[in-house]
Amino acid sequence: MALDSKIPDGPLAEKWENYKEHAKLVNPANKRKVEVLVVGTGLAGASAAASLAELGYKVKAFCFQDSPRRAHSIAAQGGINAAKNYKNDGDSVFRLFYDTVKGGDFRAREGNVYRLASVSNNIIDQCVAQGVPFAREYGGLLDNRSFGGAQVSRTFYARGQTGQQLLLGAYQALERQVGLGNIEMFNRHEMVDVVVIDGKARGIIARDLVTGKLERYFGHAVILATGGYGNVFYLSTNAMGSNVTAAWKAHKKGAFFGNPCYTQIHPTCIPVSGDYQSKLTLMSESLRNDGRVWVPKTKEDAKAIREGKKRAEDIKDEDRDYYLERKYPSFGNLCPRDIASRAAKEACDDGRGIVPSGFGVFLDFSDAIKRLGIDVVKARYGELFPMYENITSEDPLKTPMKIYPAVHYTMGGLWVDYELMTTVQGLYCLGEANFSDHGANRLGASALMQGLADGYFVVPYTIGNYLSSEIFTKPISLDSPEFVEAEKAADERYKKILSVKGKQSVEDLHRKLGKIMWEYCGMARNAEGLTKARKLLGDLREEFWRDVKVLGELNDFNPDLDKAGRVADFIELGELMVIDALNRNESCGGHFREEYQELGEAKRDDENYCYVAAWEFKGIGADPELHKEELKYENIKLQVRSYK
Amino acid sequence: MKLNLKVWRQKNAATAGKLVDYTVDNLNPDMSFLEMIDVLNDELVKKGEEPVAFDHDCREGICGMCGMYINGRAHGPNHGATTCQLYLRKFKDGDKVYVEPWRSRAFPIIKDLTVDRSAFDHIIAAGGFVSVNTGQSQDANNLPVDKNDAEKAMDAAACIGCGACVAACPNGSAMLFVSAKISQLALLPQGQPERDIRAMRMVEQMDAEGFGNCSNISACEAECPKEIKVSNIARMNRDYFAASVCSETK
Repeated sequence: MALDSKIPDGPLAEKWENYKEHAKLVNPANKRKVEVLVVGTGLAGASAAASLAELGYKVKAFCFQDSPRRAHSIAAQGGINAAKNYKNDGDSVFRLFYDTVKGGDFRAREGNVYRLASVSNNIIDQCVAQGVPFAREYGGLLDNRSFGGAQVSRTFYARGQTGQQLLLGAYQALERQVGLGNIEMFNRHEMVDVVVIDGKARGIIARDLVTGKLERYFGHAVILATGGYGNVFYLSTNAMGSNVTAAWKAHKKGAFFGNPCYTQIHPTCIPVSGDYQSKLTLMSESLRNDGRVWVPKTKEDAKAIREGKKRAEDIKDEDRDYYLERKYPSFGNLCPRDIASRAAKEACDDGRGIVPSGFGVFLDFSDAIKRLGIDVVKARYGELFPMYENITSEDPLKTPMKIYPAVHYTMGGLWVDYELMTTVQGLYCLGEANFSDHGANRLGASALMQGLADGYFVVPYTIGNYLSSEIFTKPISLDSPEFVEAEKAADERYKKILSVKGKQSVEDLHRKLGKIMWEYCGMARNAEGLTKARKLLGDLREEFWRDVKVLGELNDFNPDLDKAGRVADFIELGELMVIDALNRNESCGGHFREEYQELGEAKRDDENYCYVAAWEFKGIGADPELHKEELKYENIKLQVRSYK
Repeated sequence: MKLNLKVWRQKNAATAGKLVDYTVDNLNPDMSFLEMIDVLNDELVKKGEEPVAFDHDCREGICGMCGMYINGRAHGPNHGATTCQLYLRKFKDGDKVYVEPWRSRAFPIIKDLTVDRSAFDHIIAAGGFVSVNTGQSQDANNLPVDKNDAEKAMDAAACIGCGACVAACPNGSAMLFVSAKISQLALLPQGQPERDIRAMRMVEQMDAEGFGNCSNISACEAECPKEIKVSNIARMNRDYFAASVCSETK
């Protein structure tokens, strides 16, 4: 099967306009007859559900949480990018496009990213109209701040709760349509399979998480907006419930998975403090503006700190290694996320980590306090210091913060074309769940932009192009064999999990999975480790089905059983990530292969790997088939990123 | 450290529940309260007992999904923090800790510590929005907003919909939650066209869901993890009163 990205013809800046002008439409009377299922209610899902319902489609929306407002988009802190150029500092759609492609290490599609940049302004307009309380200047107009990877100020924000406010805007738009009867909302429902009939997505099987019952739903089209898969690493900044299940089931039903190995590791998170730890907390990247990252020069000093015999203050300045400033003098502590993360790992692997586990470095504000005074530093990072102190019981104004990188975002996801349709007809994928816009590395404040672009301004146009030919399709009976079989398979799988009655809890197995992924497919990867990981993951999959222990009943509220199903999917996904990482014999963005570096820096191979790796499922444990979508750069030049 | 827990266990809304004793040992004071429950659950599973069902998701205090009544307080002894932001160093070795679900007529129990808060969604669906379809908006800067109003709107908008206000209130009133949304939109120019009808509909829906009334106890403000102020309730009452007396909107 040849991949067709369906990028419209014409000059870059006119592609999306051309597309919209020629896309097929569905007339209002017919829209009422067409049903769309939306799975996931984060920024992408809630905005898509609301916008489609406003257009007149009949929408059913599903989320596994107790309310659509809980989706993990809510946790995004920093902001959302848009090319408004309100600051008069030279921003433009082209610059936002260029920064995003470059930030992604030249592994994203030009056409998609340009569209993203050009609808970014509409998003801000829409959100303001909904009453999202963005930060404002004294004149009453919108304020902006700077973010990594850009030389202009284009980030809109609502204190440190931008994701929350944008999600509540989309959630309210969704609930409005629920109230009007245009959306039927299913809380505490998890999609457990896609139903494909004659090559087209025609519905889903969902599990009512309260009763445990499986239910069948028909739709003329199905939209997945189910988020990223960072929890494959067990510990990440994702919410506890974030999972890959919906995307993975779609993959098994024929949707190709794009670039699964591209993972973003965020450099400034609070280090792991013990085996009981359930998640990692992000400390905003902005702290690196004033904080200096260091470890002791000698292993002896580091050991003394780990054992509590010395404190950070006891190490003299000349005995400290400010390694980012040493290695990257021109960017120093402000080098990009992937580079800062790898440098921390290198220092700790060298035996110079400063927390008991060995995996942590200092982020020190003492120089900033001397320079600016304690009040200025306090005001600048107002909410962050108390948050850190609450978690660690240490005051960063008195002693340096301890930080370590953690899994934060996954750039990979289901492969989609320009219309956001997967390789299954009528099955769409939006937001973090798809692979499309961030290449091999995402810039800060771009995740919110992409989720809302997909939901508010892209899919409402592109889905019409498909549904216009579906208006004569009568609702398909829920008793048709494809629905019955999909439900039966899901039922048997849950029964099988309960019947194993082994010795290990779901948490035990998930933790094991995370250890393998972090060790061999984390910040740095190599062929030997990845080969080993594939074997370990195959063994872990068997171990899961031989030894998992889940109590409770099938037809009951049973969160442990829900999680068991998700972990089983994560294990299978882990195998695909490792295969993808092994295939990509280059280093780019969040994918760093130790064999491919030059003087310690990532070495891209544009000649052989300037493509999207889209994987076709061929059976559990079997080799998936690789399909390549060549990336063509017609408007910008491929360059090497350097921060020295 | 060690904690002696008394945890509410209830199979479902139709079955009676009871407090069950558990002792959890070898705890680390740096653990979060929910991580302590994780440890308990892992031990229960290994012993062949069903784990305690509880809601949680982001574990960084923003999603609003977690919520336990700990030693008689919504979200426990911390001020301005959710259950997931509570750490064991707040307790002493050997403490007795009561863990109960939110209690309110409008929040029926699903299982153990998990309750159904969909009443909140229904209230938002009744009017907690600005009626603007995608694509209808003008340029964002065509609508200046007084910075002070924007800040006050943001204070109200910080509500995470966890339901602690309802749980803390002896009347089971949802007025802090409802007034936070009404206030946010009433303070902004975007919210003006529907200001009257919003107040009417949201209050009516709140009553229909079975929430109680406000008798100025302010327990809601004291326990709100986002420190939403009761002055929002005053604004809501004023808007509701004005709308019911003066407005032609019914």
